Amino acid sequence: MSNNPILEIKNLKATINNNEILKNLNLTVNSGEIHAIMGPNGSGKSTFSKVLAGHPAYEVLSGNILFKGENILNYDPEERSHLGIFLAFQYPIEIPGVSNEDFLRLAYNAKQKFKNQPEVDPLEFLMIINEKLKLVDMSPTFLSRNVNEGFSGGEKKRNEILQMILLDSELSILDETDSGLDIDALKIISNGINAFMNPNKSIILITHYQRLLDYVKPDFVHVMQNGKIIKTGTFELAKELELKGYEWLK
Amino acid sequence: MINQSNKTLNTNITKLVNQPYKYGFSTTIEKDIIEKGLNEKVIRLISQKKNEPLFLLNFRLKAYKKWKQMQCPEWAQLKLSEIDYQDIIYYSAPKSKKQLNSLEDVDPKLLETFEKLGISLNEQKRLANVAVDVVFDSVSLGTTFKQELAEQGIIFCSISEAIQEYPELVEKYIGSVVPIGDNYFSALNSAVFTDGSFCYIPENVKCPLDLSTYFRINDQQSGQFERTLIIADKNSQVSYLEGCTAPQYDNNQLHAAIVELIAFDDAKIKYSTVQNWYAGNDNGLGGVYNFVTKRGLCAGKNSSISWTQVETGSNITWKYPSCLLVGEAAQGEFYSVALTNNYQQADTGTKMIHVGKKTRSRIVSKGISAGHSKNTYRGLVNITNKALAARNYSQCDSLLIGNLSNANTFPIICVQNATTKVEHEASTSKIGEEQIFYFLQRGISIEKGIELMISGFCRDVFTELPLEFAAEADRLLSLKLEGSVG
Repeated sequence: MSNNPILEIKNLKATINNNEILKNLNLTVNSGEIHAIMGPNGSGKSTFSKVLAGHPAYEVLSGNILFKGENILNYDPEERSHLGIFLAFQYPIEIPGVSNEDFLRLAYNAKQKFKNQPEVDPLEFLMIINEKLKLVDMSPTFLSRNVNEGFSGGEKKRNEILQMILLDSELSILDETDSGLDIDALKIISNGINAFMNPNKSIILITHYQRLLDYVKPDFVHVMQNGKIIKTGTFELAKELELKGYEWLK
Repeated sequence: MINQSNKTLNTNITKLVNQPYKYGFSTTIEKDIIEKGLNEKVIRLISQKKNEPLFLLNFRLKAYKKWKQMQCPEWAQLKLSEIDYQDIIYYSAPKSKKQLNSLEDVDPKLLETFEKLGISLNEQKRLANVAVDVVFDSVSLGTTFKQELAEQGIIFCSISEAIQEYPELVEKYIGSVVPIGDNYFSALNSAVFTDGSFCYIPENVKCPLDLSTYFRINDQQSGQFERTLIIADKNSQVSYLEGCTAPQYDNNQLHAAIVELIAFDDAKIKYSTVQNWYAGNDNGLGGVYNFVTKRGLCAGKNSSISWTQVETGSNITWKYPSCLLVGEAAQGEFYSVALTNNYQQADTGTKMIHVGKKTRSRIVSKGISAGHSKNTYRGLVNITNKALAARNYSQCDSLLIGNLSNANTFPIICVQNATTKVEHEASTSKIGEEQIFYFLQRGISIEKGIELMISGFCRDVFTELPLEFAAEADRLLSLKLEGSVG
């Protein structure tokens, strides 16, 4: 594993509605690594993912986020996405009236444009997306449905992973992608993530349970509490947490 | 929800919607006007200037009398400043030095105006298969393809010309669908209308071109009161398009039009409007007051009238294109997209009056409100006791953008027999911050994202528009809301 930091977060403090949620968060992620962030409800995990993606509701008070060595704090969500940051949402939102196919093509072409590569027409895109659909075991009929509208919980999460694969992001933050999944869906999603992973990519898994980590092996496991990382370990730490609960760390 | 993020969202949307109005220029031209104000003398003068037959003068005077007894209706969900009817010019016409024989004789400055608006009056239009009548302030400037249409027996000309050439047709049908005293603004229009389009499709003729009228209010203080009358005789068909723009002024201009459609047995009329009157500035100053009465009479059996409208402009829109379904198995349709932004107000909808047996109607209304605007759907489905086995389907959807806009729906359904089937569906959705963030996170710009959501929302209506208009409507909504496109 190279020592090539893709993400460096230093002393990050962030608030929403004047409530400080992230309190001095530090984290470094190298290319090719999978990091799991675990922690009790309300510890700031989802806030962390939103702040990374640049959600306008959150304000960064101090600290730094370096992505591939570049400070991205002043970048719009759109620019961060183009640079290669992907957020798989915990609750993917429904977008009525917009077909999944149009949505995915638009996202794909926005990225192509950013990379100064030719945009693809709908037919070319169909060939590209059909290949990716197989990776998450989704039927092509799902392309004609509206984005997340009437999707089951599992379908929504698979759609997020599909988008991650399609956009080929370098840093993907998966916010509780495993929650609400049955065991079959969990396997499908894990296979998708593993197929996608390579030495040029990094993934941050935010999760409550060790279950996902049985399928997607993390290099590091962090425990987040009260807006900062209080303990870092390996997969063994996740197992220990599963046994002893978060109280054990207090 | 979240104050700070709302602020961000609203600024983004504000940036987007602050697209300047493209058609806000005015044309300086020598005009023949009648002094401001409204009285019997002015009406006689209009009639005299237009060299009208006696029946029309009487029609006007009767309407004026009616109007004086009426009051401006207040039931609409509209806030409007009082209109001073004595401060309006009721007749304003470009001064032409000679009788116009063809479009080539029209003042080049006026032709230029229409070129600027993208309305080409020359041969190019033939390619698009559209014949155009253009109305500039109070008069029709000319009609294209008259000759070609006449070969099939189709009459398509300005209503002034029709009054001279076909007075018996005009006398028979004018006011037959919208009676003089129907409402305050119809009475006003009947008294002072100056021009508009007239169209007659004879029996068994399918009009080969889309007919189109383009309305432009140019004069700052003039009102526009046009009158359109379309008659489709047995087993005929016509598709009619109407477009509107106005220059940008700080005061409110008044537009009070009447459109009457009559369809006989097996005839089909499709009437489409893309309305883009000046809407006022960001603070709601200026803009057109658009008070229009549009009504179609399905007189014959199996006749059909379909209204499609895309309302994007005007400070205030007050408009209910309606269908009177009298003939057996007659069909009425209403497809509408109304978009309001800034301080615009729209109170629009339809009335479907079922009189004949087995009559059917379909209503699809889409309201989009952004900024501080107010968008109201008001509809009446009235199924009388004779309209056995009638059917109605209504769908009213509202889309809110941002947190300051307002959407209302007032559907009234009145059924007086037991063999009727009525369906009503309604929905309200919102383009919220989380949806926009979802687009942004996937690298899609806010403009593209909103464009995609709006066009998805309006799809059911846009598919009803003639091809040329569908493109225009898409472009218009883009301009009004999404920014980059067009």
